[in-house]
Formats: sequence, structure tokens, C-alpha cells
Amino acid sequence: MAEDINFKNLLKEISIPLLAILSSFIIGALIVMASGYDPIATYSALLQGAFGGLNSIADTLLAATPLIFTGLAVAFAFRCGLFNIGGEGQLLVGGLTAAWVGTFKGIPMIIHLPLTLVAAMIAGALWVAIPAILKAKLGVHEVITTIMFNYISYSLVAYFSLKVLANPGSIQTPDIEPSAYLWRLSNVLDIHSYFNIGFLIGLIVLFVIYYLLWKTTIGYEIRAVGISPDAAEYGGISAAKNIILAMLISGALAGLGGAERAMGLFHNYRNGFSAEYGFTGIAVALLGRNHPLGVLFAALLFGALFNGQDYMNMLAGVPVDLVTILQAVIILFVAADLLFRRVLALKPEGRKGE
Amino acid sequence: MEAILEMKSITKEFPGVLANDNVNLDLKKGEVHALVGENGAGKSTLMSVLFGIYQPTKGKIFYKGEELKIDGPNDAIDLGIGMVHQHFMLVHTLTVAENIILGSEPSDKGRLKLSNAIDKIKSLSDEYGLNVNPNAKIKDIPVGMQQRVEILKALYRDAEVLILDEPTAVLTPQEVKGLYKIMDTLTEQGKSIIFITHKLKEVLTVSDRITVLRKGKSIGTVNTTDTSETQLAEMMVGRKVILKVEKKPANFGSIKVEVKDLKVSNTRGMLALDNVSFDIREGEILGVAGVEGNGQTELVEVLTGLRKADSGLFKLEGQKLLNQSARKIKEAKVAHVPEDRHKHGLVLDYSIEDNLILGYHYKKPFAKGINLDFNSMAEHAERLIPDYDIRPRNKEILARSLSGGNQQKIIIAREFDMGPEFLIASQPTRGVDIGAIEFIHKRIVEQRDQGKAVLLVSAELSEIMSLSDRIAVMYEGRIVDILDASEATEEKLGLLMAGSTVKSEE
Repeated sequence: MAEDINFKNLLKEISIPLLAILSSFIIGALIVMASGYDPIATYSALLQGAFGGLNSIADTLLAATPLIFTGLAVAFAFRCGLFNIGGEGQLLVGGLTAAWVGTFKGIPMIIHLPLTLVAAMIAGALWVAIPAILKAKLGVHEVITTIMFNYISYSLVAYFSLKVLANPGSIQTPDIEPSAYLWRLSNVLDIHSYFNIGFLIGLIVLFVIYYLLWKTTIGYEIRAVGISPDAAEYGGISAAKNIILAMLISGALAGLGGAERAMGLFHNYRNGFSAEYGFTGIAVALLGRNHPLGVLFAALLFGALFNGQDYMNMLAGVPVDLVTILQAVIILFVAADLLFRRVLALKPEGRKGE
Repeated sequence: MEAILEMKSITKEFPGVLANDNVNLDLKKGEVHALVGENGAGKSTLMSVLFGIYQPTKGKIFYKGEELKIDGPNDAIDLGIGMVHQHFMLVHTLTVAENIILGSEPSDKGRLKLSNAIDKIKSLSDEYGLNVNPNAKIKDIPVGMQQRVEILKALYRDAEVLILDEPTAVLTPQEVKGLYKIMDTLTEQGKSIIFITHKLKEVLTVSDRITVLRKGKSIGTVNTTDTSETQLAEMMVGRKVILKVEKKPANFGSIKVEVKDLKVSNTRGMLALDNVSFDIREGEILGVAGVEGNGQTELVEVLTGLRKADSGLFKLEGQKLLNQSARKIKEAKVAHVPEDRHKHGLVLDYSIEDNLILGYHYKKPFAKGINLDFNSMAEHAERLIPDYDIRPRNKEILARSLSGGNQQKIIIAREFDMGPEFLIASQPTRGVDIGAIEFIHKRIVEQRDQGKAVLLVSAELSEIMSLSDRIAVMYEGRIVDILDASEATEEKLGLLMAGSTVKSEE
């Protein structure tokens, strides 16, 4: 079986993200120095905040959790040649749905928990269904439609959460039932973090997606459509069917990300539910080269940056914007590398002799 | 005749590839010098070095006795070296004259002086017998004339050396003869021609000397009168090559494939297929000849489910297959070797192993339900790779890294091994090396001998003529005639391919 991971290729593939990360940290250091701060103190504070102590580590993993889902969502769609930019809206819709289904009373956890998760996945999938169908049947570019659906979701979700689900006077939906709680580590350990088994679910989902993409006929078809729609068509593979399937799965994954927030972190839906997870997910997928393992590491990196930034601010005085700069430079370098390679492939000197 | 051009010890290295290895080529004034070799032998690279597109890693170029550095195509053109590419570089919406002057427009204080150019073009056209109308738009003139425009582009810039890259690929037999005449006139007038091709018959007809390249090295330069097709093939491949396919006498069965009145309109509302009808019997190869662009592509697409027909009939052993999905047609045991193996046929970024199940991946034994069965896939690949001589012998390698011939072998291995009842092979040996061509032809004939029906579409007349039992000629979406192979000559076929009727059907 042509392993997706083959050692020499693997080295080549991870060298790009690693170089990008390294370069960004160097540039970050330069910016920090130019602004009059101490780069060593800055980075060590960042590191401390992210990994210094059990609580910090837990919070880093907690911050990484939604990014695993949204990163996977983008990566999966990309395997079919599609750009799902609607992860943000799909996550919100999924989260709200979970916050609602989670309030159903009188259902034992063994049913309620999976039910709520599935409801969130369906909601996320439904939210991307229209862009998926438009792309499959009419060739309407999904970048445009998924972004538009983000905007629709903001208002729709705000309306439903505030006017329909929330109790009058409240700005968040009613708390979910304990039977829909995602178990928190703080239940047994003495930590403040809300880190919960949503992370574990994320790891399981990563594996399932890996299996789906490389070990099943479904993945074979989806990837074929993504790499070469013409060859896929020749092979009797329906591009339309697979485009819709890939988008629905992608939406479901993002919806699942919202479920973890609702069921593990907040226990309800509230304003500020998402800290741009959908969009950061795009960066995570890019950095992770659209591979589940890469997505995991990229999510952990971004989670660490996000979690460490407050401590870095407190201790070294550097504004949290530095982390945004670091993230931006990483993305810039990864994208630039892809650009370079495409340009080099076109230059005559780079072509093999004929 | 002295040498007007000498390329000495030309070496060109790319990362990981030695495209030209110490190659010597000399061109005498007034000669037609053929450069032959398989794909990847280094012919195009050598010419790109000459034309200034690449700089040689080592070696020197002498032109008219002087050593030169050619920094780019403009230098080459200024020196009098002109190149006619295989794929024309013409702007279809402009006229012949406008195309010819493109890049060296004659102007008077910034105003275009087209009339001067037209005069020069007319006189060149007459001098060399090119018969070109300077005011015609490119899109309105036939391909043969388009090629002559390309030649004029070089002559207009006072080219003394002309490089023709696979010039006959798009011409009918009659147009090819016309090209030979023009080449004669050019050399009589003192021009020198380098003629790149892989078609050995042409080389023997038209050239004075032949240089053979193999894997980047020059195997030798021979006088055309001293050599033969067999010797050339052997030099190109490095071993003895059988050029004629051995075919058992025909043993036709009952009618297996029925096609009636196929009508397909293209995007401009014109008929791409105009009432196409034919039958194929068991154990028969029906060849479809014709210059590309006369409906062959559409015909194959309809029969393989990649395009919808407006109306008509297509039956395989009585089963109606017209406008069924590609998957259904595959399941009806119709195999398809596509004309464009990069677009269809292969997922280039999949491994050989993965490509060997494309189109059959969802069935036993390759899948149990939705789970791929990697053991079966491996067995399948490990059996087919040596059987069909796919190189390198490593099923994990991506299809993209293989040569054209080996990529084609993957497709053939896959499609033939599935046990088709009806095999559709479209340009099966295009861009494929002589050694692999021999192999592929043998396999196609094998299918026919096993009683299958074969539809062979090819722009290579020699291939059609040597393999087919009957030959249909397509022109402008219609089948002009179907001849028995025994009656078909290049002359007859050439006329039919150009649209005239030798004898009328029905």
C-alpha cells in the first residue's frame, strides 16, 4: 500500500513547516528586540505559560482541542480539492446545537452524550450542505459560499441563542444536563483547567479520518477526485458524490469542535463562544500539510501559543499581539514555500531534460 | 558541403538527470539531418541548447566556423537559427502576416508598417513554394498551412538553419508529402534542416544523414543510404526490435459490438459525431484512422461513458450501453486505454499499486465493503508489474515518476487484466518508446486472438494498418468509409482522411 508516510518524503514534508516555525520565531525575536523587549525572557515566558506545570499543560491541550477539529475539517476537505472556509460557522452551529440537545432532560448519559455529539455533527454537516451541493452540481466556488454562510451563521446563532434558547435576561443558553457533560480532568486532579475528554475524542477522530482517507475505498475516491478529477471520472468515480461527501464530513468535524466547547468547556452556548477557531483551523491544516498527524502537531503548537500568550504578557510585558504575529509569519512562510515550489516546477531549469 | 553548424561534446546536466552526455552533431550546409531517439533520449534538450533555451553544462557550439555563446532564443534567431515547434505558437485570432511579424514588427516612427511585411512574406512564400495567404486568420486555415506559417516565421527572420520538431505529427499523408517538397526547395536554396522525429519511415525518406541518440548519448551518425529501419530501431533501443506485428489469420465470430447513428453535438452546437455507425465482430480489430480532431475523441468518450450522446445506439453483446455511467460500462467489461494518460487513465500522485486498481477499486478482491484489501492489491501489483514489464519494478513508486511508456503499461496492465470483452484503445502508443510499442501491439493482438472486440483509434497510420482487420476513416465527425485492411493503402487512407471518398458506402 502506498503509505502516505514514506521516510524520505516525510523528512521533505516536515522540513517545510519546521523551517517556517523556526523562521517565524527568529523574526518574532527581531520584532521583540526592536520594540525594546528581551526575546529570551519573552520566549521563556511563553514556554512557561504553555507548559510550565500541570495546569498549564492541560490548558494548552484544551486550547488545542477545537483546533484539532477545525484543522481536520479543513484538511479533509482539501484532500478532495476543496476549500472549506466555513469552519467557523459550522463550529458555531454545531456548538449551539450541542448546547440545545444537551439540555434535554431525563436521558441517561450513555445515550445522551453520543446523541449530543452526533447532533452537533449533523448540524455542522447541514450547515455546509448547500455550499456542497452548489459546488457539486453547479461548480459554484465553495470559498465564496462557505464564507457567506459564516456571516449567516453569526446572526442566526446569535438570534437563536439569545431570543429562543436563553432565558429572558440571560446572555447565554441554559446549562446543559450533566448527562451531556464531557468529563473534565479536574474531576480527579487538583487543577483549574477545563481540559476534558474532548481532546481524547479529537485523537480518536484523527485516527478515524486517517483510516478513512488511506484505508478505505471512500478515501481512495475522495483523494482521487482531489488529485485528478478527470482521472477519477475515467475510473467511474463520481466527482459530485465525493465532493458532497467530503464537504459534509468536513462540516461535521467542525461541528464536533463546537460540541466540545459546549459540552466540555462552557456547558452552554454564549457570546464569544469561538475564538476564531474556524479560521485558525485553516492555518493549522496548512501547517500540518493536510495530514491528521500534522494537524495534531500544528494544533498543539497553536494551542501552546494561545495558552502561553497571557503569561508572556504578564511576565515579559510583551503584548499578546506578538503571538498573532508569530502565527501570521508561520503561515506566510508555509505559503511562500508552496509558492516557491510551484514556481520552481514551472521554471525550465527545474524541469527534467527531455 | 562544409559543416555550417557543429555541436561539440555537448553535455547538459539537470539535477539527477544527465540529459545530454558528450553529444556531437554536425550539420552540413544544404542537408536534411534527422535526429532520432526515444522519448527521454535527449533530442529536445539538445535542440533547446542549440536554440538558446538552455545553456550547456559543457561543450561548444560552432556556427559557420565561429564558436558561439547562445544566450537565448533571440540570439539564436539573430544568428539565423529558426525553430518550428511541434506545438505551434500561433495566435488564432490574428492573421498570418500579423503572426509572422510578432516580435519583430516593422514600424515607422512607432506606426506599424504591415504592407512591407506582407510583401516580404509573399515573396518568401513564392520562393519556397509555401503557398500561404498573408491575410488569412490562423483559425481559418488548415493545419498544414499553419505549419507553413511557422516555417515562414523562421524564414522571415532570415533563418539559415531550420529545426523542425516532430513536424508530421498533425499532417495527413498528402500534407506530409507536401512538407517533403518544401524541405527539398529549402535545401536547394541553401538552407540546412535538422529534423527531429521518432518516425523511422519518414527519416529514411527525407533525410541525408541520421544521428541517433539513446539515453543522452549519441550512438552514431549514419548516412541514410547506408542504413535501414531495423538498424535504426536497434540503435535507438539497444537491442533487436521486431517492427512488424505477427498476426494470426482472422477468425471472426458473431457481431459483438453494435454502434448505430451516434449523434453528438459539441459546445458550439455543431455535430462532433454525425450518424456514426459500425459493427465489430468477435476476434476483430477495427481501426479508426483520421487526423486528430475529426471526432475520434468524442467517439471514444461516448463509448466509455465520459460523454453523453444526443441519440443513437451502442450495444455490447446485446446489452444497451449508450449514455450509461462510466462505472456501468466498465462493469459491462468495456476496457478503455485513454488517449491522454495524464488526464484520464492515471492518478499521477497515486502509486503504481493504487493506479492498478483504478476503476475497479470498490470491487472484490480489492475491497471488502469499504475497507481496502491491501494484500490483494499487493498481489495484484506484484503479478502485473513483471507480467507487463513495468519499470521500475516497485509498486510504491508514484505513477508521476515513470516514463510515458511505463505509465502506459500500467494502464494496459490494468485494463487488459480485467478480462474485457470490448477493448477500446485510443492512441495506445503515443509517446511510447519503440521497445514498449512492440510489447503493447503484441498484447492488443492477443486480445483479438482471444475473441474480444477491439476498437483501435490512432493517428499513426502504420499502427492502424499493421494491427487492424478493418479500417474506418473519420472525417469531420463522420465515418467516410470502412475498408478491409487488405485493401487499404496509405494513398487511399490519406485521401479519405482528407475528406474525399474513394468509394461510397451503401
